[in-house]
Amino acid sequence: MTCWRVSRLDATDDDTDAGDVMDWLQRLGHGALGVFERLGRGNLFLLQVLAGLPGLLLRPRLVILQMHSVGVLSLVIIVVSGLFVGMVLGLQGYNTLVDFGAAESLGVVVALSLVRELGPVVAALLFAGRAGSALTAEIGLMKATEQLSGMEMMAVDPIRQVIGPRFLAGFLSMPLLAAIFSAVGVIGGYFVGVGLLGVDSGAFWSQMQDKVDLHEDIYNGVIKSLVFGFAATWIAVFEGYDAMPTSEGVSRATTRTVVHTALAVLGLDFVLTALMFGDI
Amino acid sequence: MERIRTIEIGVGLFVVAGLAALFMLAMQVSNLSAMSNEPGYELIARFENVGGLKVRSPVSVAGVRVGRVAGISFDSDAYEAVVRMNIEPQYDRFPTDTSARIFTAGLLGEQYVALEPGGAEDMLKAGDSIRMTQSALVLEQIIGQFLFEKAAEGSKK
Repeated sequence: MTCWRVSRLDATDDDTDAGDVMDWLQRLGHGALGVFERLGRGNLFLLQVLAGLPGLLLRPRLVILQMHSVGVLSLVIIVVSGLFVGMVLGLQGYNTLVDFGAAESLGVVVALSLVRELGPVVAALLFAGRAGSALTAEIGLMKATEQLSGMEMMAVDPIRQVIGPRFLAGFLSMPLLAAIFSAVGVIGGYFVGVGLLGVDSGAFWSQMQDKVDLHEDIYNGVIKSLVFGFAATWIAVFEGYDAMPTSEGVSRATTRTVVHTALAVLGLDFVLTALMFGDI
Repeated sequence: MERIRTIEIGVGLFVVAGLAALFMLAMQVSNLSAMSNEPGYELIARFENVGGLKVRSPVSVAGVRVGRVAGISFDSDAYEAVVRMNIEPQYDRFPTDTSARIFTAGLLGEQYVALEPGGAEDMLKAGDSIRMTQSALVLEQIIGQFLFEKAAEGSKK
C-alpha cells in the first residue's frame, strides 16, 4: 500500500517537473524574443532618425534649442563634478606617488586618467543622469499625452521634428561636455597638487606635456566621447519613443535609460580601450 | 524673441567653452606645443644596439634636452641601428669628435641619447654622422657576462 502510494507520488512529481521545465523554457524564450524585438525596433528607429538628420540643416534653430536643454543646462553638474574628480585624483595620486619620490608625475597621472578614461566615461554617466533621463521623460510624456500622434495627424513626422533635433543635440554636446570635464579636472588636480600639496608647478605641466600625446590620448578620448554620446542619446530617445504611454511606463522608461546607458557606456569603454590602448 | 536670443547666446557660449577646453587639452596638456616639426639640425648616429630607445625619445647634452630622436631604422648592410636625431636649430654647434651614448633615466626610466662634445675645431654639419657611439646597456647581457665570469672563476679553482 505504502509502496504504491510512493510510486504514484513519484509519477506525479515527474509530471509537474517536466511541466515546470517547459514553463521555464517558454518564459526564457519569450524574454529572449522580447529582447531581440526591442533591439530590432531600436535599430530601425535609429535608421529613421539618421535618415531625418539632413533635413535639420535647414532648421538649425530646432537643434540649438535642444542643445540648450541638453548641453548648456548640464554644464553646472559637469563643471562641478570635473573639478572635484580632478581634485580627488590630485590628492590620491599624490599620496601614492610621494612614496616613490615621484610626486612630480602627478600631472601625468591626473591628465592621463582624465583624458583617457574618466573624462569621457564620467561625463557620459552624468549626461545620462542629467540629460538622458530628461529626454526620455519628455518624449515619453509627449507620447502618453498623444502629442506625437497629434503631430502625425497633422502630417508632421515626429521623428524629424522631435526626435532628430534631440538626437543631434545630444550627439554634439557630449564631446564638448567631456572636453570641459577633462579640462576642468586638470585644473582641479593642479589646484590640489600645486596649490595645496606643494608639487612644483613647472614639473607638473612639463611632465604632463611630455607624457600626454595629442594623437594617442586626446584624439582617442574625443573618439570615446563621440561614441558614448551616440549611444547615450540613442538609448534616451528610443526609450522615450518606445515607452508605454502611461505614467508608469514613462517612469520605467526613464529608469531604463539611466541603467542601460550606464551599462552600455561601461561596456563600450572596455571595448574601445582594448582597441585603442590594448594591442589586442 | 528675447528668450530665444538668450538661449542662443547660451548655446554659443557652451560651444565656445567646449572648443576652448579641447584647445586647452591639445595645447597645454599634451605635447603639441613642444613638438617642433621644423627640421632643425639633424645628426645621425649608428649604434650596435639601441635597447629601448624610441622615436621622440629625448636627446640631451649635459642633462639639458636639446632635441628628440626623429627616426630609428636598421641598416641591413652594416647590421647597425641608424638613429636620426633632430636637434633644435639654436644648438647647431657640435664638434666632429662628439660622442653619443644611450642611457636610462633613473632605474626604471625611459632611455635617451646623451651627446658629449669633444674638443675638435671643426663642427658637425647638418646630416653628418657621429662616429663614436656607445650602445644601450642590455641588462640580460650584463647578467650573462657576470654569470659567465663567475663560472670561469669557479672552474679555475
